[in-house]
Amino acid sequence: MRLILEKRKATSQKAFYIVPIVSFIVALILGAILLLITGVSPIKTYAAMVKGTFGSMHVFSETLVKATPLMLTGLGVATAFRMRFWNIGAEGQFVFGGIAGAGIALFFNDFISSWLVLPAVIIGGMVAGALWASIPAALNAYLGVNETLTSLMLNYVAVLFASYLYYGPWRDQQGFGFPGTARFSEEAWLPRIFGRVHFGIIFAIIVAIILWFIFNRTRWGFELKVIGENKVAAKYLGIKISKNIVLALLLSGAISGLGGASEVAGISRRLQAGLAVGHGYTAIIVAWLAQLNPIAVIFVAILMGALLVGGDQVQLMMGLPAAVGLVLQGLILFPMLAGSLFTEYRLKIIRPEKIVAGKIESEA
Amino acid sequence: MIQLITTILAITLRAGTSLVYATIGEIYTENSGILNLGVEGTMFLSAVSAFAVAYYSGNVWLGFLVAMLVGGVLGALHAFLSVTMRANQVVSGLSITLFGTGLASFLGQRLGPAENNFNLAGISGPRLTIQAIIGLNKIPVLGALFSQDLITYSTYLLIPIAWYYLYKTRNGLNLRAVGESPITAEAMGINVVKTRYLYTIIGGILIGLGGAHLTLSYTPGWTDNITGGRGWIVIALVIFAMWNPARAVLGAILFGGINAIQFRLQAVGATIPSSFLNMFPYLATILVLIIMTWWETLSKRLGAPAALSIPYMREDK
Amino acid sequence: MNSLSSKIILEMRNITKHFPGVVANENINLTLYNGEILALLGENGAGKSTLMNILCGLYRQDEGEILLRGEPVQINFPRDAAELGIGMVHQNFMLVPRMTVAENIILGMSSLPFVPDMKEISVRISELSEQYRLKVDPNAYIWQLSVGEQQRVEILKLIYRGAEILILDEPTAVLTPQESQELHDVLKIMTAEGKSAIFITHKMEEVMIFSERVMVLQKGKLKATLKTTETSPQELARLMVGRPVLFRLEKEEQQPGDAILKLEKISAKDDKGLSALEELSLTIHCGEILGIAGVAGNGQDQLAEVITGLRKPTSGVITFSGEDVTGKDPLGMIKAGISFIPADRIGMGIAGNMAISDNLIMKSYRDEPITSKGVIKPKNIVDFANRLVNLFKITTPTLKTSVKFLSGGNIQKTILAREIDACNGLLVAMYPSRGLDVGATESVRNLLLDQRNQGVGVLLISEDLDELTSIADRIAVLFEGRIMGIVNSEDADTEMLGLMTAGVSIDELERDVQTMSDATME
Repeated sequence: MRLILEKRKATSQKAFYIVPIVSFIVALILGAILLLITGVSPIKTYAAMVKGTFGSMHVFSETLVKATPLMLTGLGVATAFRMRFWNIGAEGQFVFGGIAGAGIALFFNDFISSWLVLPAVIIGGMVAGALWASIPAALNAYLGVNETLTSLMLNYVAVLFASYLYYGPWRDQQGFGFPGTARFSEEAWLPRIFGRVHFGIIFAIIVAIILWFIFNRTRWGFELKVIGENKVAAKYLGIKISKNIVLALLLSGAISGLGGASEVAGISRRLQAGLAVGHGYTAIIVAWLAQLNPIAVIFVAILMGALLVGGDQVQLMMGLPAAVGLVLQGLILFPMLAGSLFTEYRLKIIRPEKIVAGKIESEA
Repeated sequence: MIQLITTILAITLRAGTSLVYATIGEIYTENSGILNLGVEGTMFLSAVSAFAVAYYSGNVWLGFLVAMLVGGVLGALHAFLSVTMRANQVVSGLSITLFGTGLASFLGQRLGPAENNFNLAGISGPRLTIQAIIGLNKIPVLGALFSQDLITYSTYLLIPIAWYYLYKTRNGLNLRAVGESPITAEAMGINVVKTRYLYTIIGGILIGLGGAHLTLSYTPGWTDNITGGRGWIVIALVIFAMWNPARAVLGAILFGGINAIQFRLQAVGATIPSSFLNMFPYLATILVLIIMTWWETLSKRLGAPAALSIPYMREDK
Repeated sequence: MNSLSSKIILEMRNITKHFPGVVANENINLTLYNGEILALLGENGAGKSTLMNILCGLYRQDEGEILLRGEPVQINFPRDAAELGIGMVHQNFMLVPRMTVAENIILGMSSLPFVPDMKEISVRISELSEQYRLKVDPNAYIWQLSVGEQQRVEILKLIYRGAEILILDEPTAVLTPQESQELHDVLKIMTAEGKSAIFITHKMEEVMIFSERVMVLQKGKLKATLKTTETSPQELARLMVGRPVLFRLEKEEQQPGDAILKLEKISAKDDKGLSALEELSLTIHCGEILGIAGVAGNGQDQLAEVITGLRKPTSGVITFSGEDVTGKDPLGMIKAGISFIPADRIGMGIAGNMAISDNLIMKSYRDEPITSKGVIKPKNIVDFANRLVNLFKITTPTLKTSVKFLSGGNIQKTILAREIDACNGLLVAMYPSRGLDVGATESVRNLLLDQRNQGVGVLLISEDLDELTSIADRIAVLFEGRIMGIVNSEDADTEMLGLMTAGVSIDELERDVQTMSDATME
C-alpha cells in the first residue's frame, strides 16, 4: 500500500480556507506543548497575550505601532512577489528610506520652508527606497543576476551604512551614550494620532487601497500578473518585461522606503539603532500569508504585530520571555507552508491489487 | 608587530570556525539545489541547546552532539517543507529562522538555573580549551594555527575533505548533478528527492556544530545576540565561495578577520569606522555575483547551481 | 535455422499499445539483425517514438513480446533496458551543461568506485571516441560543445555503458549536413564492430543514405519492411503518407480577395545564429487558407515569429494590409491586426494559473470595453468572457476556473476565441490540432474555415498533411527555409506533398510525372 500525491482537477476552495485555520490551531497546540514543557500554563499565557494586545486602548495602540512598518514593508514585498520577483531586500529598502528621511530632516530643514519639510522627508524616503530596489531590479532584468541573492546582500549594506552614519558623521554629540543622530526639529515630526500610532498607518491603508486598485483594476496590474504567471506568454502578448520589472520594483522599494521614513519620523524622530530589526524579513512572511492581497496584508500585519506585542506583555505580566510571540509566529508558519500543498494536490492511497491487475491484463 | 599579526590570525581562525562549519554545510545544501535561509535560526537554536546541555551535564562533547541533532532536525524540517511539500523555499527558510531565533531567545531565558533567574546568560559553563601544539605554536605568525581548540583543528581537515568529497567522488558528482539539472540526474538513475533530503540534513548538522562552537568555545557562554548575524553572513559566504568548500576558507577569513581587526583597531584608536569596514564583504559578494553572471565563461563554470531554489516535480508515469 | 535468422538480435512481436483515444501501435513486428542499421520511417504520430519508448523501458506494451537474442525479455524500466544493452539517444539531450564530458558519461553509474579514477576514465573515453570516430574531448565542458558534439557525447554515453543496440531519435534534426555525414560514418563503424542501430526519422533521404532496411509506419500500423536498396523515395513516400484523402471538408467556393500579407525575400536566423529562412516570399489573400507543409525544424518557427513580431528578419519586407510592418515588435503586430495561435499551447498561449476570463481578455484588455478611462471594469470582463465562451462553445465549470484545468481541446478553443476575436485580417495558426482528440480537432478546423469564409486570411502551419489537404486552399511546402512549391490543394495529393517536404522540388516532381505518363503512353 502506497501513499501518493495526486494533482487535483481544480484548486480546492475548501483547502483555501481550512489550511490557515488548521494551521493556527496546530500552532496553538504546539505552542501549548512547548509552554507546558517549560512549566508554564498555556491558557494563562494565551489569555495574557490576548489581553496584552487588544485588551485596552493603550496596548492596542502599541499593537498598531508594531504593525505599521510591517504593513508598509509587507505591501512593498507583495508588489514585487506578484511578479514572482523574489525581492527580499525590503529590509534594506526600509532602512534606506529611514536614512534618507533622517538626512533630509537633519540637514535640509534650513533650505526649505517649514511646512515642506515633512513632505520632503516622506518623499525622500520613498525615492531612496525605490533607488535601493532598482539595483537588484536592473541587475536581474538586464544582466540576469539572481535577485534573491543581490537584494539580500544589499540589506546588510544598508543596515551597516545606517550604523556607520549614526555612530559616525551624523552622531549626536550631545547624545547621552545612546548612539544615534540628534532629534529632528518638530517640523519633521510625523504627527501621531493616538498613543504612539502615527500617520504611517494612514499611509499604509491608503497604499493598500491604491495597490489593490492597481492590481485588480488597471492594465498595468494585469500585465504584472501575467509576467509573474508566464513570462513567455507575456512576451507573446506584447507586454514589455524588463521595463515592467524595473517599474514594479521601484514601486516596491518606494513603499518600503515610505515605511522606513514614517517609522523614523513618527516613532523615534532620530536615526538610531532599533530601526533595522528585521521588519523586511517578517514582511515576506506577512505578504506570503496574505497571499499577496494588499488588503489582507493590513490584517496579517496586525496579527503579526499582535504576536510581537503580546510577547512583550507576557514578559511584563508573567515574567516569560518576550520571544514567546516569535515562537508562535514560527509555529503558525510551518503547518501553513505544509498545508499550502493541499490546495493543489490530494493524498491518495494506492492499493496493490490495482497494480497486479494491470500486469494480468497485459499478459492476457 | 609580529605579535599583533599572530594574535589577529589566532582570533580570526577562532572566529571563523563557526563560519567555516556553517558555510560548508550550506554549500552542500545549496549544491543540491535547496536554498536554506534558516541558517541564522539554526545556529541560534543549536547554540543555546549546546550550552544548556553542556552546562547541566558538565560535558562539552554532549553539547556538541545535541547541537548537531538540533541542526539536523531543522534541516530535515526545511527539506520536508521544500522538497515533499514543495513550499516556497525562501519562506520556509525564513520561517525556520524566525522560529529558531525566537525559540532560542525563549529557552535562553527559561532553561537557566534558578539562581540566575532561569537565565542562561551570564553564567559560565564548560568550554573547549585551547590545546596548543607544543613547539609549533611558537612559530611566528603561523603559530596561531596551532594554538586552537579541537573543533578549530578539525576545520583544517574538514575543508579539504569537503572539497574532495564534492569534486572527486562519485557521490559528489551525483550531488552536483542534482543541483544543476535534476531532470537529467533523475534520468541517469539518481534519486533527486533522497539527495536533497540528505544534504539539507547534513548541512543542518554542520550548521549546528558551527552554532555550538560559539557558545562552547568562542564567546564562550550564552548571550541573547550570540550569533551577531553570522547566519546571514554564511549565506553571503556561500556565494563568495562560489559554492566551493575550498574557497569557503577565504570568505571565513575575510569576514572573521574583519571582525578581529576592528576589535584591535578600536583598541588602537584607529579611525576607520567599523561599520564601513563591515560593508565591504557584502559589496564584494554582490560584485562576485555580477561578474559571475555577466562573464559568460566564468558563470558557466562557476555560477550558482542552476536549479537552486527551483522546486522539483517528479513526473508520475 | 538458416544463417540469416541466426544473426537476429532483436525481435518485437505483435506489439500493441493503446493510449486514451488512440491506438499508437497496432500489431507491429520488428526484426533487427546483428550489425545492421534499421530505419523507422513515418510521419509525426505514426507510432515510431512509442514503439522505441517501449523498447527502452519508458512505456510498457499492452500486448506482444520482445525477444533479445531469441530469449523473451521484460523491459519495465529504463534500467532494465540499459542492463540488456539497449540505449536511446533522445532528441532532447540529457546532459548537465556545467560538467565535463567525462563526468556526464559516468553520471549515475552504479558500477563506479567511490573515488572514480577520472584519468583512467578519460583514457577509456578517448579510446572509444577514437574507435568510433566520435571526436570529443573528455575534459571539455558540455556548454562548450556544439550540438553535434553533444550528440556524440550522448552516443558515447551509451557505448561506454555497454549498449549493443542503439536507438537514435531523429538524430539529424539538429545537425548540419557535415555533421550528418560524420554521424553516418560513426554508425557504419559501430555496426562493423557488431553493434546494431535503429533510427527514427521522417526524412526519406536519410533512409536511403543511412539504412540497410527500413520499416514504414503509418497511423500506428506497419505498412512495409523493405530492403533500402530495393526501394525508392517515391515508394517510401507512398507507403508513408499515401492514402485516399478522407476528409475534404465542405468548402464554399471562394474567390480570394486582395493580398492581406506579403512576404518579400524574407531572411531570418534562428537562436543559434544559423540561417532559418532564405529569401522567402509568399502572399496570403483575404478569405483564403494558405497551408505551410513541412517537417518541423525547417523554418516554421521563424516564419511565424517574423510575422508576429517575435523575431526581426535580417532582410526583406513584410507588408500587411498595404502597410510595411517589417521588424515591428509583438505589440505592433497585434495592433496592426495579426493574431497568433502558438504551437506551444501551454507554455506560450495561456497563463495556466489564471482564470479563463483573464486568459480571454489578454489581447483586448488594453481597450474598450474592458478598460475605459484607464480602469478595468470587471463586469465588462464577465460579459466579454461569457460572449466568447458561448460563441466558441468552451466547456468550463466557471469563468474563474484556472485555465490549466481545462481539457486540451478547450484550452485551444480559449486561445482561438481570444485570437479570433482580436484578429483584424490575418490569423497565424501553428500546429493547431496537435495532441487533440477527433472532436476537438474538428472544432478547430471548422473555426479556421469559418474565419476564411468571413474574409480573414489564415496562415496554417501544420505537419499533418491530411489537415492541410482538407481545409487549406493553397499549400506551400517549406524545406530548409525555402518554399519548394505552392500547389492548389485540390490538385495536391499527399504523396506529392510528402516528397516535397523531403526536399524534392516541385519541378523535379513534374518532370517525373511527365516521364511516367510518357512511359505509360507507349
